[in-house]
Order: sequence, then C-alpha cells, then structure tokens
Amino acid sequence: MVDRLLGTLLRHLVLLAGAALMLTPFVIMVSLSLKPPGEIFAPEFRLLPEQWHAVENYREAFTRVPLARFLINGLIVTASIFAAQAATALPIAYALAKLRWRGRQAAFALVLLALLIPPQVPAIPLYIAMWKLDLLNTYAAIILPSTISVFGIFLMRQFFRTVPDDLIAAARMDGLGEFAIVWRIMLPTALPALAAFGCLSFIWNWNEFFWPLIAVQEERLMTPPLGIAFFNNAEAGTNWGPLMAAATVTTAPLALAFLLASRAFVRGVTMTGVK
Amino acid sequence: MAETRPGARAEALAAWALSLPALILLWAMLLGPAVAVLLLSFTGWSLGEAEMEWIGAGNYAQLAADPVFWTSLRNTLIYVGVCVPATVGLGLAAALLVESVGRGRGFYRAAYFLPVASTLLAMALVWEFMFHPTVGFVNQAFGALGLPVTDWLNNPDVALLALAVIGVWQNLGLAMVLFVAGLQGIPRDLYEALAMDGADGPWERFRRVTWPMLGPALVFVVSIIAIRSFQVFDTVAVLTEGGPSKSTEVLLYTMVQEGFTFLRSAYGAAITVVFLVFTLAITMAQTILLDRRAHYG
Repeated sequence: MVDRLLGTLLRHLVLLAGAALMLTPFVIMVSLSLKPPGEIFAPEFRLLPEQWHAVENYREAFTRVPLARFLINGLIVTASIFAAQAATALPIAYALAKLRWRGRQAAFALVLLALLIPPQVPAIPLYIAMWKLDLLNTYAAIILPSTISVFGIFLMRQFFRTVPDDLIAAARMDGLGEFAIVWRIMLPTALPALAAFGCLSFIWNWNEFFWPLIAVQEERLMTPPLGIAFFNNAEAGTNWGPLMAAATVTTAPLALAFLLASRAFVRGVTMTGVK
Repeated sequence: MAETRPGARAEALAAWALSLPALILLWAMLLGPAVAVLLLSFTGWSLGEAEMEWIGAGNYAQLAADPVFWTSLRNTLIYVGVCVPATVGLGLAAALLVESVGRGRGFYRAAYFLPVASTLLAMALVWEFMFHPTVGFVNQAFGALGLPVTDWLNNPDVALLALAVIGVWQNLGLAMVLFVAGLQGIPRDLYEALAMDGADGPWERFRRVTWPMLGPALVFVVSIIAIRSFQVFDTVAVLTEGGPSKSTEVLLYTMVQEGFTFLRSAYGAAITVVFLVFTLAITMAQTILLDRRAHYG
C-alpha cells in the first residue's frame, strides 16, 4: 500500500518535472515580455519584473512592425486554406469511400502517392510557375499550394467508410443527388472528424514558414511566423522585450485554440492511423 | 459488372465530378511539380534563363563533388539521428507515465503537447534567448548544476545539438499523444492473463505485453518523427543560418540557398530529389516493418 502510494508520488514528481521543462520556454517568453531591457539582462532571473514594462513592450511590438496586420494575414490565410481543403477533400473522400466507379482505385492510388511527397518538394516548380504568372507576393501565392490536403482526403475517406450505407440509400430514396448527399448528409455526420482536421490544418498553416518565406517579401502580406522573423532581423536580437511580446501575441491564438479544443486536437493527431 | 447496374453511369459520372477538383489540384500543386523537380534536376537551368539545356546527371555529379552538400547531408542525418531516439524515447516514457497516473492526465497531456500547438518560429526565438551565453536559462541551469557552459548557438561543436534540443522539445508531445493512443489500443485482458500467470511487476507487464503490442505504433511514431526531423528548416533559417562555419547547414536550408537565394533552380531541384529519396526511404522502411509484423505478429 505504502509502496503503491510512493510509486504514484514518484511518477507525479517525474511528470511534473517534465511538464515544468516543457513549459519553461512559455514562462520565459511571457516573463520577458513584461520586463524593461535592464531587467532582461540582469544576472539573476526573476519570474515577475520589479518595474513593469508590459505596456511599453506590447505597444512597441504593435507599432515597430505591423503585428496586427500579420495576425490578420494569418487568419485570412489559414481560413482560406481550410475552406479550400474542406471543399475539395469532402467530395472526393465521399466518392472514394461510398461510390462505385471505374478509376476509384487509380484515384485512391494517386492520393496515397501524394501522401508520400513532403510539402517542400514542389517548392521550386511552384515558385517558377508563380513567377511566370506574376503571382508572387500575393495572398494567392501563399494559399494556393496548400489548397489541397492529401491528409484531409485520407482522413475523411477513412471516416466516411464508417458511415452506414443505409443512410445514403435513404437519402437517395428521398431524391437527393450525390452533391446534395455530400453537403447535407455526409458533412453533418463528419463534423467531429472535420473539426479535428480543421484544428490540425490551423496549426500547420499558421506555423508554415518555409513556403511563405519563399513566396512573399512584402511586409503587408507576411503571416505571423514570417512577420516575427522579420521583426527579429530588424532588431538583430537586441530588443528582447518587444520581440517576446510579439512572440506571445503570435503564439496566443494557437495556444488558446488548443486549450479550448484539446480533445479535438488530440483526436485529430491520433486519427492519423495508429489504430 | 458495375456497368450493368441501373444508375451505374450516373453514379460514375457523379463520382468523377466530385473527385475532379481535388484530382486537378493534386496534380497541379503536388504530383506535377514533383515530376517537374525530377526533370528540372537533369537540366542546367537557372531562374530567368531563356534556354533550358539538358545536362543529364551533371547536377548530381556536381553535388557529389560539393563539400557543402556532404556537410549538409551529414548534419541532417546527425540531426535526425539525435532527434528520433530522444523524441521517441522521451515520448514513450511520458506516455507510459501519463497513462499510469489517475489524476492530472489532462494537465500533463496539455503541458507536453503545448509546444506542438504553438507558433514554432516564435518559440524558436525564445530558445535563442534561453541559449544566451550569459543570461540564458540553459547556461544558468547548467552553471548551477556545475555542468559545462558555452555559447550554444555560436559554438560549431554544439550548435546542431542545440537545434536538436529544440526539435525534441517541439515533437515530444506529438510522440506522446500517438503512444497514448497505441497504449489505449492494447486489450486489458492481456494484462489480466499475465497476472494470472503470476507475473504482475511493472517491468514484466511492460516487457511481455506493452512493448510487443506497441510495435506498430512504435514503427509509425519513429517514421513520423524521422520525416518531421528530416524537414528541419525553420530553426536553422532563423537562429543560425547554417552557421557557425556550416555546422548547422541542413538539406532544406542548402536547397533554399541554392534554389532561391542564388536562383540556381536546377541545382536546387537536384538537392530536392535527394531530400525526397531519403523521405521515401523512411516511408518504405516503415511499410516493410509493418508488413512483416502483419504477417508474423
């Protein structure tokens, strides 16, 4: 009995120490964002500032660079991408899961093939194509390559396979066409899976740095990661207070979304096929 | 046959119409460009040139003779070689511990997963501060523990390792969550059967049930973490720019330098192909391992 209790206590201690390490960067980030420069470089680290400098740091983060613009860009880009991904993935996922047609095998093989290609591989040809079409430095340049999510197609197909055929047969009896079935029958049943996919799509595309860095140079189009890297370059790693304020502001939307919907996040991750 | 069924034609037509937008985008954004990269890597083209000349394996010969490429490949493999065992090992440990405690699961899971759901680039800058030679958390902690300190990101011997630490921190929660799902898939009665045999110690339970049953999840997690580690770019681009003295030069960073900074598109394409080949090798190894388990397991 005492052994068991001791074991549990020990496990909690190890887990707590690990959690503290994992959370340290977040704590340091917020702490620095509240401090004046002198205290940031003080030899002893204190959690809270002696002299609060939060207002100055956050104001500087929003005025030195167009941080609000970066955040809005991040929302525009992630929302457009997810809308496009859902609009293209749901219909093909339904066709692959529930319809009988020649070419289904071939289409599914293409999806599996595309699943093997890391997102950085198409970068050079896409850049050349967009340069020829004069699309570089536009929202379209950032959004277009991500409009298709192979992962989303795969995920939704797996989910649709579990939907009973009777449901679809009944809808057909009611005179619904295949398009109407996708949006009026399948979509509502798929909402939990779609929410999980949406969470992942949001994390990935909010974080995407590689492609926007290549496709966009103009400040007014920068997404949050690009914007904060730009800020970092401009300050050459000296102005830590405002930089950490900007970091806090760009991380907050994701972290809050995660804490509010952590179940959907985790479900999305685990649906990638472990089971 | 499907064709003889009433309504089969209409069903096939609808299926094509539903699939077409996705299939077109799939070709335009992924498969087509992937083929184009392969073709481009056999030319000598630079962005903006009028003529595209076929030079066969010329770029690959040049890569083989380019010390920067070999440094870059070696660094990438070291990075993956450090990140994968560390992330998978710690992720598995965290998963086992989290699953073994009753209370606080939700908190631990959120704490370990939060780095996955954060703006990684912003967090990379925080890490830059944490690696600061004098006031950084790492050196303060190391100093307090009597461990050696250094200017982590500016010391060519350890800069890559410092980036790997960030990589492990970023992906550990992902590995943990995937392992937790694997653990929850293990049938309870296996543990009960083991207890009936009289073997009920935690180590016995792990060795005789958990570990063998976790095989497929392990293969899957290793390959996902390996693929993600292979794609290391953000931290290099923002914190070290491949330096000091090329010690953190990695494949994707070299590719971006050649393909987009120097505009040597064909040479960059050849590096992309090398990158793709390694990624495919990881996936293939995963498939083979999982297949073997399916046959004999």
